[in-house]
Amino acid sequence: MELNVLWFILIAVLYIGYFVLEGFDFGVGILLPFLGRTDLKRRVMINTIGPHWDGNEVWLLTAGGATFAAFPQWYATLFSGFYLPLFLMLIALIVRGVAFEFRGKDDNPRWRALWDWCIFFGSLIPALLWGVAFTNFVKGVPIDANMMYTGGFWNLLNPFALLGGVVSVLAFTLHGAIFLTLKTHDEISTPARKIANQLWVPLMLALLVYTVVLYLTTDVVNRLGWNPGVVPIFTVIAFLVTGWFLRQKRDGWSFVFMAASIALAVITIFRILFPSVLVSSTDLAYSLTIYNSSSSDYTLSVMSTIALIFVPIVLAYQGWTYWVFRKRVKSNPQELHY
Amino acid sequence: MSVVTLSQIQFAVTTIYHFFFVPLTLGLAVLVAIMETLYVRTNNEMYKRMTKFWGKLFLINFAMGVVTGIVQEFQFGMNWSEYSRFVGDIFGAPLAIEALLAFFLESTFLGFWIFSWERVSKRLHLAAIWLVAIGSSLSALWILIANSFMQQPVGFAIENGRAVMTSFLALIQNANVWVQFPHVIFSGFTTAAFFVMGISAYHLLRGRTEVFKRSFQIAAVFGSLSILMVILIGHSQAQHMVQTQPMKMAAAEALWETADPASLSIFTIMDQKTGENLVDLRIPNVLSLLSYNRLTGEVRGMKDLQAEFEQKYGAGNYIPSIFVNYWSFRVMVGVGFLMAAIVAYALYNVLRNKSDGKFKFLSLFPFFMILPYLSNSTGWILTEMGRQPWVVYGLLKTEDAFSPNLTPGMVLTSLIGFTLVYGLLLVADVYLLAKYAKAGVETAPQKAKRTTDEEAYWE
Ligand code: HEM
Repeated sequence: MELNVLWFILIAVLYIGYFVLEGFDFGVGILLPFLGRTDLKRRVMINTIGPHWDGNEVWLLTAGGATFAAFPQWYATLFSGFYLPLFLMLIALIVRGVAFEFRGKDDNPRWRALWDWCIFFGSLIPALLWGVAFTNFVKGVPIDANMMYTGGFWNLLNPFALLGGVVSVLAFTLHGAIFLTLKTHDEISTPARKIANQLWVPLMLALLVYTVVLYLTTDVVNRLGWNPGVVPIFTVIAFLVTGWFLRQKRDGWSFVFMAASIALAVITIFRILFPSVLVSSTDLAYSLTIYNSSSSDYTLSVMSTIALIFVPIVLAYQGWTYWVFRKRVKSNPQELHY
Repeated sequence: MSVVTLSQIQFAVTTIYHFFFVPLTLGLAVLVAIMETLYVRTNNEMYKRMTKFWGKLFLINFAMGVVTGIVQEFQFGMNWSEYSRFVGDIFGAPLAIEALLAFFLESTFLGFWIFSWERVSKRLHLAAIWLVAIGSSLSALWILIANSFMQQPVGFAIENGRAVMTSFLALIQNANVWVQFPHVIFSGFTTAAFFVMGISAYHLLRGRTEVFKRSFQIAAVFGSLSILMVILIGHSQAQHMVQTQPMKMAAAEALWETADPASLSIFTIMDQKTGENLVDLRIPNVLSLLSYNRLTGEVRGMKDLQAEFEQKYGAGNYIPSIFVNYWSFRVMVGVGFLMAAIVAYALYNVLRNKSDGKFKFLSLFPFFMILPYLSNSTGWILTEMGRQPWVVYGLLKTEDAFSPNLTPGMVLTSLIGFTLVYGLLLVADVYLLAKYAKAGVETAPQKAKRTTDEEAYWE
């Protein structure tokens, strides 16, 4: 396989890892005010993601680093172009990460309330901005012949992109709710399941509208053809199955299929993009592709060797920690770290 | 102000701030791992309480290091897009490897360590903290491989106006890495040693010898070895700098004219505009001695170097801020020797082994905790500001490296945002660290009850 293609796939894999894993972290954070009516419940919720959130976030750091290494032009144009939204996202991720660690270290209710809000907004803002960002990738943004982003802040917050943000917020919240049904006892898992069921329909509708707008306003038809192929269809099927298992209260399976829906959705987006990585709305010819934005073959081959050795190792030990912490979190204050 | 200047300020703020937390993480991970090793070896519950006490402080500090590190991963692209385009072929690789090899290891096993105290065997739990320690040192290695390329570019060729990697091995074998990496690692160890000594002193003064006498002893031994290494390696690093970045050294010594033998400045007031020193107290021959380990040897001055660079790279000003170079170097080294003296004194008293662990001046140790932070920050200021006007030495100037699509307003917004949030977080961080540091160890025996009625996932 061509190395440029391999790296495009690897970066897609990193984003899949990130959204599948940190997706439920975001969801738990967003649900905190709704499901965590008492301090103890909030603590239980935070502890469900306690051992994992930091490791999950590394998927994003690795995606960032890998983009820099394999497609430096993409890295440069994207992050300088999306400057202010990225700044907002970074601030959100910063306060959220610190909040997990800090909130439980003082009993003062105001101290805790402050960090609870940091967790909520620190989860909501990135969850929203990721949908905004990926929609903009597909829709295209103004980029000139020198690969420079020429738009402003408001170009990025267009209605279609915001719709994408709504989809991602709903998806991550649903994912988080399902995760909670797995990791908590009745007093949280029952209402979590209820919320999950309530979220499923609006998300389905939002996805429908999103797909229609996507077909009407972008050139996705030209790129994919009217028959989109198996991946998008499987995305929809996986999501339908998620809903079915939710109603059956088969939480393990709904989690698996929700994770699959997210993964397939990311694959769909990367398939629409391929071989572009950033579409120029100024002139399609100015788009960044896996060819004009990549590193040299030498760098790509060095990085490939390293990635093919270490990505499986990372998956193995991270997976193993999920296995170790597979038990439900009990609301026994003595056993809660956070 | 221009986008470049604002971006530089933002980079300085976010990076120096990030580096408040990193050195302590580097060192404390190892110290906590040593403590837990002692626990597993001796089965003495005192070491377990010790590990948990320092572990808690480690976590508070670690969280800050992690979240401020996220910014580091992205800000090259955000504010330095031309830099990223120019060096991405080379610079991106160690960054990606750092995340893949080090960050995953660190964060996954730290999460594991925190939550698995009573769940897994002692040995497995111990292995986790060692993996965390290895992970953080590995992360330092890879990021310094990246930084070393900026100090001393190797293993590359210029193609179509961009630097491309020609040898990955050369990147790793870069001589600069192998002075910079140990210098930074041992600075981190020194930072942790002073941290542990400072907090232990606070408790010893209040008569709590349990845990803290032993902690102080461990830290004093660890600290003496570390500061010794820092200074020895710092010396090699300075010699390396004379070879590879002579301008940095000339500015750090306020040396205008090439000299052989060259003298070491004791106290100089310089005038960067006129190119002369107003007050200049120097010891003859010592700079040559430090540079080459012999009494003579040419050390080149700024005027010669400027002329040479103009010929090589075209017109321009190639002299960095002499004031910044000169004083950052002196603060780092001065504080370094001060710390060496302090730690020697601490070690002497540890060896005398008084039963209550107290000795004269012990009450100053909590204040000494700040010293390593001074050296760490000034060290980086020297390294980065001394390289100016280059961002990649000899290849790319800082003024050509920024993101041309940004407006000053945008950078000002983010600069103010980061500064505010970082400032507030520092307050919260110091509040918590102080609270937990003063609280002392938990004396109540930990409930080691395994939860039998936990349910599994797949029911
Ligand atoms: C006492 C003698 C010391 C000497 C001779 C020395 C030497 C140096 C030199 C020459 C550099 C700049 C390297 C370059 O720009 O290429 C440097 C950087 C640095 N120093 Fe020191 N240093 C000393 C003490 C310390 C101490 C005590 C600390 C902290 C505890 C410290 C922390 C740092 C750091 C963090 C850097 C920046 C990273 C780097 O380039 O290595 N130094 N040191």
